[in-house]
Amino acid sequence: MKYLLLILSNLKRHKLRTALTMLSILVAFLLFAYLAAIRTAFTAGIDVADLDRLIVRHKVSLVQLLPASYEARIEQIEGVDEAVGQTWFGGYYQEQRNQFAQMPVEPEEFMDVYPEFVLSDEEREAWLSTRTGAIAGRQIAERFGWKVGDRIPITASIWTKADGSQVWDFDLVGIYDAGKKGTDDTQFFFRYDYFDESRPEWGRGLVGWYTVRIDDPERSAEISAAIDAEFANSQAETKAEPEGAFLQGFANQIGDIGFIMTSIVAMVFFTILLVAGNTMAYAVRERTNELAVLKALGFTDIGVLGLILGEALLLTAIGGGIGLLLGWLMVRGGDPTNGMLPVFFIPDRDLVIGIVLIAVTAFVAGILPALQAQRLRIADALRR
Amino acid sequence: MAGPFNWFSQVVSISAFNVRTLPQRLGSSLTAVLGVAGVVAVMVAVLSIAHGILRAMESSSAPENVVVLRSGATAEMMSVLGGNEVDYISEAPGIARNEAGAIASAELFVIIDVKKVSTDTDANVPLRGVTRPAPEVHQEFRIVEGRMFEWGLNEVIVGVGASREFKGLSVGDSIEVAREQWPIVGVFEAGGGISESEIWVDAAVLQPAYRRGNSYQAVYAKLESPDDFQAFKDALTADPRLNVRPMREEDYYAEQSEMLYNLVTGLGLLIAVIMGFGAVFGALNTMYTAVAARAREIATLRALGFHSGPVVISVLIESLLLALTGGVIGAGLAWLMFDGFSAATLNWSSFSQLTFAFYVSVPLLIQGIVFALVIGFFGGLFPAVRAARLPVADALREQ
Repeated sequence: MKYLLLILSNLKRHKLRTALTMLSILVAFLLFAYLAAIRTAFTAGIDVADLDRLIVRHKVSLVQLLPASYEARIEQIEGVDEAVGQTWFGGYYQEQRNQFAQMPVEPEEFMDVYPEFVLSDEEREAWLSTRTGAIAGRQIAERFGWKVGDRIPITASIWTKADGSQVWDFDLVGIYDAGKKGTDDTQFFFRYDYFDESRPEWGRGLVGWYTVRIDDPERSAEISAAIDAEFANSQAETKAEPEGAFLQGFANQIGDIGFIMTSIVAMVFFTILLVAGNTMAYAVRERTNELAVLKALGFTDIGVLGLILGEALLLTAIGGGIGLLLGWLMVRGGDPTNGMLPVFFIPDRDLVIGIVLIAVTAFVAGILPALQAQRLRIADALRR
Repeated sequence: MAGPFNWFSQVVSISAFNVRTLPQRLGSSLTAVLGVAGVVAVMVAVLSIAHGILRAMESSSAPENVVVLRSGATAEMMSVLGGNEVDYISEAPGIARNEAGAIASAELFVIIDVKKVSTDTDANVPLRGVTRPAPEVHQEFRIVEGRMFEWGLNEVIVGVGASREFKGLSVGDSIEVAREQWPIVGVFEAGGGISESEIWVDAAVLQPAYRRGNSYQAVYAKLESPDDFQAFKDALTADPRLNVRPMREEDYYAEQSEMLYNLVTGLGLLIAVIMGFGAVFGALNTMYTAVAARAREIATLRALGFHSGPVVISVLIESLLLALTGGVIGAGLAWLMFDGFSAATLNWSSFSQLTFAFYVSVPLLIQGIVFALVIGFFGGLFPAVRAARLPVADALREQ
């Protein structure tokens, strides 16, 4: 207790300097937290990918379509529980810049494969019984102010209707919530049967890719290989891979930019810490005299060491803690690009790393002056 | 002596004195310089990504060029144009002609998986089927290695960007399309534009490989003059046989890069502002320390009859000088390390890879240095005011 009081009064000696140093550290950790969210966004939530899901797509590229008949053949493969086809619809709401993900799916199977999209029982029922029914994620529904029961016109850019019109009308029967951290709640799903009968002849019976639920994540490589073997040498060969690998592939495509942005900002994070650490060390060196007095009063060497380290720790913990908290609040406020980064949150792991970094910073900034203080010889120091 | 001149000479003499004593405060001054340099370097580097993307897009377009997609399509990938529609478009008024006919290239756009050099992972590389007028339409098209493909053969040429960023895209290699090996016979440049990220092949060869019949996805054409656009657009939109969306090439590319540009710029500026606050706190600390260290000198000057204005300004000048040094170092570092750095990323709009070079432009460097000065100004302002308000008697008595 007496140490804490002493530390506090030391911090209060130069209130302004203490405050400014604390603010610098705060900014550094705010940046750290924000960066963790950006990195997660750029890697499109690989960390939250489900281990028991595979993605099956056309071998040549994701934009080539696969026959809808593959679904039954995939489901026959040993180890596969369920497969659901999805197709990129690529439409927009009202204005061209309002683009978001829309996919036609078979509702029942879809809800089995994606338990993290949470709907109420009434909403489920409504979707199963409404041919033109659609569900939207909470975030996208809030962005456009949609409510259950609304009729939503989506302008198609790829899939015009068979009659040549571009606008598809959907009845919003449900708004799904994210069942776990990192679930993308900016998507819009509607029914495949409505989609298939309304689209032009040339596209009927084709889907973009399949999501496959398997019964044993350990066997994902084996089951992927079995799926690819099933369609080898056909008109449309497939590439099956775990969902995580698929998302990783996507992140790699974005690639360099995400990596470069995060690494240069990481550099600055350390620069700011260096600056703050230097200021803390300077503040201690200034007090050599007083430390000698403390020792003369009977403080032990270890006591003085602890005093200085404790001061650094308290300062960094307050600044860094508030910084992490502010970063967390900012990230909760939504992504800064208005919907372009649907997966935007700070993974728990990064929060823990942040706390560890606070301790490391305090130690690195405090240890040199603390050691000097420990070794201080009273007579020498007092004579200065 | 005249008032203003006297005031000015006071500013000069105090500032000169401050600067001469800088070495005594080397540690804390260097800290501030370093902080500002880091912030400016990051800001310039991140924004140079956005500028690089913009430059790739801008150098893709010429003012007299137009793009025609199916109405409602936001990118080539989503568009379909029948062979007869292409014919009607090529006959539209305003399109430039040469001895071979209209300078309008009907094109197909698909993507294929090729591995990236940097990560050895799959990437969506655009494979474009072009028709004979294509080299005339696309800006500054030029074969730099090998030769042009033979029309009607399954040979391809690759852009320099694609050749550099992706594996197995050199002359002599081949790509796999529709379970056939198509040899690469040449590498081309296109004035640094987006075409350099692509692989080109005869559209007539690509159509059967992708079972596209006689359909295309876009028409790129050159008009006789940029002023003909309105007439061209009106003719196409009025034509009852067509349901198309004609755009100036500039507008089309601006639209294509908008999302990526806004994403990088938005994040870049946000990060720069957060870091800027960090640097302001660092600079404030440095300048408060500097003012505190000189409290007696400042008080002495005030006692000698120096005005408080020159004292304020001299502190500000010192802070601005430190920030300027940091800004120049930071901007210089970013320029040395990142200008021309080549990279590839996924362009969301076309769902395919875009190769580009980071571009640290002069306006960007200036922007970085101005940002440094803003940091220096705020970092110096409050300490300067404090210096001016120091009670002379107290400060003189201070140890």
